[in-house]
Amino acid sequence: MNSPFLLTIITFTPIVAAVILFLMPDEGRLDPHKDKERITSLRTAIRCIAAAATFISLSVSLIVYFQVNQAYAAGKTGFFLEDGPWTWVPQIGISYHLGVDGVSAPMVLLTGLASFCGVLISWHIDDRPREFFAFFMLLVAGVYGVFVALDIFQLFFFYELAIFPMYILIATWGWKVSREYAAMKLTLYILVGSVVALVGVIAMYFLVQGAGMTASFDIKDLIAARDAGVFDQPYVTLPAVLGGGMVSFAKAWFPFIFIGFGVLAGIFPFHNWSPDGHVAAPTAVSMIHAGVLMKMGAYAALRVGVMLLPEGAQMHLPWLIGLTLINVVYGSLIAMVQRDFKYVIGFSSVSHMGLVSMGFATMNLTGMTGAGLQMFSHGVMTALFFSCVGMVYDRAHTRDIPSLGGFGHKMPLVAGAFIIGGLVSMGMPGLSGFVAEFPIFVGLWQSAQSLTLPGGQVAWYYAVIAILAVLGIVITAAYVLRVIQRVFFGEFDESKWHDPIGDVTVLDKIALAILVFWLVAIGLYPPIMETMVSAGMKPIALLLGGA
Amino acid sequence: MENIGLIAFLIPASPLLAFFIILLFTRHSKLASDIVAMVAILFTWVLAGILLYLALTTPHLGEEPLTAGLVWLPLGDAVTDSLRMGVLVDPLGAVMLFFVPLTATMIFIYSTGYMASGSYWTEVTGEGDHDAVDTAGRKLKKFDATAWKARFMAFIALFAGAMLILSLADNLLLLFVGWEIMGLCSYLLIGFWHNRVYANQPKRITPMLAGIKAFMTTRVGDMPMLVGIAWLYSFTGTLNFREILYNPEVLEGLNVLAFPNVPALAGVTVAGAIGILLFMGAIGKSAQFPLHTWLPDAMEGPTPVSAMIHAATMVSAGVYMIIRMFPLMSAGWDGHALTLPMQVMASVGAFTALFAATIAVAQCDVKKVLAYSTISQLGYMVAAVGIGAYVAAAFHLMTHAIFKALLFMGSGSIIHAVEHGEEHAHHHGHHFPIDFDAQDMFNMGGLWKRIPVTAWTFLIGGLALSGFPFVTAGFWSKDEILADAFAHNPTVFWVLAAAAFLTAFYTMRQIGLTFAGEPRTHAAEEATQTDWRMNLPLVVLAFFAVFAGYVGVHEGFPVLGKLLGGNFFHHFVGSTLLKEPEALAFSWAPVLLSIGIALSGLLIGWLVYVRRPLQAEDEDPLKKVLGPIYTLLENKYYFDELYDLIFVRPSKWVSEQIVYLLLDKQIIDGFLHFVARFFEWLAFRNKDFDTYVVNGLGDSVAEGIGKTSDSFKYVQSGRIQQYMAIAIAGVLMLVGVFVWALFLR
Repeated sequence: MNSPFLLTIITFTPIVAAVILFLMPDEGRLDPHKDKERITSLRTAIRCIAAAATFISLSVSLIVYFQVNQAYAAGKTGFFLEDGPWTWVPQIGISYHLGVDGVSAPMVLLTGLASFCGVLISWHIDDRPREFFAFFMLLVAGVYGVFVALDIFQLFFFYELAIFPMYILIATWGWKVSREYAAMKLTLYILVGSVVALVGVIAMYFLVQGAGMTASFDIKDLIAARDAGVFDQPYVTLPAVLGGGMVSFAKAWFPFIFIGFGVLAGIFPFHNWSPDGHVAAPTAVSMIHAGVLMKMGAYAALRVGVMLLPEGAQMHLPWLIGLTLINVVYGSLIAMVQRDFKYVIGFSSVSHMGLVSMGFATMNLTGMTGAGLQMFSHGVMTALFFSCVGMVYDRAHTRDIPSLGGFGHKMPLVAGAFIIGGLVSMGMPGLSGFVAEFPIFVGLWQSAQSLTLPGGQVAWYYAVIAILAVLGIVITAAYVLRVIQRVFFGEFDESKWHDPIGDVTVLDKIALAILVFWLVAIGLYPPIMETMVSAGMKPIALLLGGA
Repeated sequence: MENIGLIAFLIPASPLLAFFIILLFTRHSKLASDIVAMVAILFTWVLAGILLYLALTTPHLGEEPLTAGLVWLPLGDAVTDSLRMGVLVDPLGAVMLFFVPLTATMIFIYSTGYMASGSYWTEVTGEGDHDAVDTAGRKLKKFDATAWKARFMAFIALFAGAMLILSLADNLLLLFVGWEIMGLCSYLLIGFWHNRVYANQPKRITPMLAGIKAFMTTRVGDMPMLVGIAWLYSFTGTLNFREILYNPEVLEGLNVLAFPNVPALAGVTVAGAIGILLFMGAIGKSAQFPLHTWLPDAMEGPTPVSAMIHAATMVSAGVYMIIRMFPLMSAGWDGHALTLPMQVMASVGAFTALFAATIAVAQCDVKKVLAYSTISQLGYMVAAVGIGAYVAAAFHLMTHAIFKALLFMGSGSIIHAVEHGEEHAHHHGHHFPIDFDAQDMFNMGGLWKRIPVTAWTFLIGGLALSGFPFVTAGFWSKDEILADAFAHNPTVFWVLAAAAFLTAFYTMRQIGLTFAGEPRTHAAEEATQTDWRMNLPLVVLAFFAVFAGYVGVHEGFPVLGKLLGGNFFHHFVGSTLLKEPEALAFSWAPVLLSIGIALSGLLIGWLVYVRRPLQAEDEDPLKKVLGPIYTLLENKYYFDELYDLIFVRPSKWVSEQIVYLLLDKQIIDGFLHFVARFFEWLAFRNKDFDTYVVNGLGDSVAEGIGKTSDSFKYVQSGRIQQYMAIAIAGVLMLVGVFVWALFLR
């Protein structure tokens, strides 16, 4: 590809913006009465910088997206638009190496969409906007970095870079009732998970070194090691409780790496941080958080866990799929009985992310492609949901579902957008949710017929899982309709609210329109994303024997 | 023929486009929205006519249907793996292409008239078209009735588009797309008056809840169907109708055991299992027992247009799907022993036909009677597919859609007239009880003279529904089902015959209560015929309700059979299948039986309700005869209450108490908080260790040194004598040690 630095531009534009924002004058030093105009212009400048930075990244993401699409159409494979590798810490084989494929390119685009729309709907934030947007930019940069990293150490670097501003954003700008608790819970959960995974990756590094191959954190070197069978050699003796005997590195470490990252994807029973975190976070952060951050976990679990340790995946995914099923049903059941509008969406994310991991666990191309599409579709959908929730909350100052009602009269566009999001989440054909979920179910069924378990028998219970997971979708319809009915439909009671409740701003509408566009476009004509994701998933599915 | 793809594409596309145009641009003008919708549907109708003409003039349409398509959802990597989206017009599709655009166009015309006026506008707003003032004295925005009317047109346009997608789809997935969009439309349309509440009728379901109920109930059926589709796809690698259903090898391949290792399901074939899963979708969509409860409540939709959608066309989708999938359902059928899905369909269908007919007998709401009769008639078709009467099911599907559309529009016209009458009477100083129900048939009577067009057309529709011999379409199609049942499955025949008797009876009861005798209320007295846009469709449909049946008259039927040139419908639709189903030899027994049953039902109804019409305040004579059974029927066998008790409440309770509060909050969060507390405790102990042991040690060492030094400071007293004394003592001590060491040891 002849356009270098695109990925670097995407990742570093927000960082540069963050630095510029931190260098801006501090409005806290100005007199709020005397320097009113100065403060206003300062804030406008801050917001414009943030918007410009996210917009640049979004535009470049789109270019990247279409270039990757073209590359696949031209029959190429592997990673595209590589920057690097440039040595970073040569002593232990760490380099700066970026690149994307069919799995990560949609994620990069998703990040661009969620961050740009996030800035648009946070326009009105007037509590220390400079710091807010600066930390937001850092968060966005971290997320971009994870998706474009081709060096695992770098991936971890950006992973942690994303979590740190997240903590500050939630704890400072979050919902007063629970922000400290939620921020702490979230950070600890994710850190613990990622540390477990990090230890696994370091072990992987030393294993490669011990095998006498090029030892580095570069994913290409690790892939070479994988292909040479380094991770499949006998590695550790199991304790007698687990049956004893030697198992390979892949089999021993896969669950730790997969679940370690899976924590961020909300895998049961480590999902508990996510609804609390979503609810406590300010709207834009919830959008990134549920929309993109959770995908980061799933993506890393796929990239590091499944792709580098396929032998382990074949052994462990057939039981891990049970956890993903719990995610799907459990999350939707809880969402059904929530009183807090935002918690409903929070738990729905737990449920939908379960479908992503379930798609991975089908271990065939159809199901995994569905999972990849679900990552994008759910990301956009949930960003849309949280922005709608935020818009309602900003006006009503409550999220208690029974006290809301009739908001469709006051903000028809928000109601329309929310309904479309709801339809996506319940898998309505013609929208992206169906395009993502249907292949997952087909994939489950294909596995039920042809996936051979390590024991030699066919994984027939995948069919049972498909049937039970379908229940989760029925329940999804129940809670989505309930929320739509209670919040947006019905009579609007003017006497309940002190301040007149008005419609949303133009910027809000633009943000909603951008998000809705993608949900509809993919739903109507899936090939614009499906072919790419499928091509990206294919090498991984091949490793698992399911392509 | 290259243009077939384009024509077929435009047929559903134009109403869908109208949907977007109305919502985005013309929603502030009723006239513009009406025009957009009408232009779209008329365009569709014309195109459908052209396509239908092409289909009818294609020789051997069954073998070489009209098709076109493009790749939609590439699954896997080869193009052959992909799900292609395309259109298919084979004989069965041509039937759909005939009645779907016809009824849809009629609905559109009717809606423009129906939405023009009506008392419900004041009811919705509570304030009419005036600016309202709330309790705090603030002026409220004027209620925008236009937007509602425009939105209504948009929704039915979306509905029509979806129904057409479904009818033209060449594969199961595209069919499912249309299917689900219609589910959405039913939700939107039933819940159209989403802010209407019945303060005076606390037990009555609100439109919004009815919409949710419809959506959820049909969804329960849709999800097994989705699983069935996934199974079918992963088994055969395609979802295309022709590739699966017109392909003996694929059908043979599907006819293998599905669960060879599970003794309980030993005899189930893959085709059988998939067939049952798909049929579950039809149970939901076509409101068969046990998922029938949503349909009567769907009558909360705008009277009666959405009711017509939910009863005359959309619910046909389920039956259409099982007719379409018949080769799969019957894979391995040798003409005698029914396959498993066929057995299930025959039993469910026959049971539903009778079960719903019994409920319809005891309903008072003019629309609810029709709703239950719809469930019952759909049961007929399902049973017909179940016993292998493929063509008969398709035939009844077509005629039923036409005459049921007619009846529903008629009932809407009646309600409209009574509502107008209520308004007029109100002006003339008559007062009505606060819970006056314009849909209650006991508030009507004597409407024959007031609304003649409606009355005549309603009579035609009603007779068609009851199967009045020779001159109604319903007779021919119902007769064909009964004849098939008579020949193949006597049990099904007698159940259906009983249902046919009840059908004739309750139809006459409805006609009697509504039109016969003298008006029982002032509202009925002042009812007036509505405008032409609501009458025209009635007349058009009444025409078809009479004549559409003549395409399928049995060849062996005396006089008419010869006159009409053989059973065109049977041969045409039969050619959809690989092997055209054999036409039964003509037999008098079922014909005479079905004529007798229909006429006796009508006669009893006439005797009870028409010959001596009810007066105001009269009770239903049926109540005296049936006693407590009437109450049971009136309450629909209490299925709503039962489902609430065994499904809705427990699932809420489990989600809230067990999953959320116990598992998530108590156990998972509890464990987490325990861990947090434990580490906190550990940290405090650590702090104690740090304070008392680590710090303590350091401090005590330092303190010890200080103290020791402190005590030594007294030695430094400054007195020479003392120093000398200490020095001498020291010397003596040293000498002592020295002596001890040298000599004494």
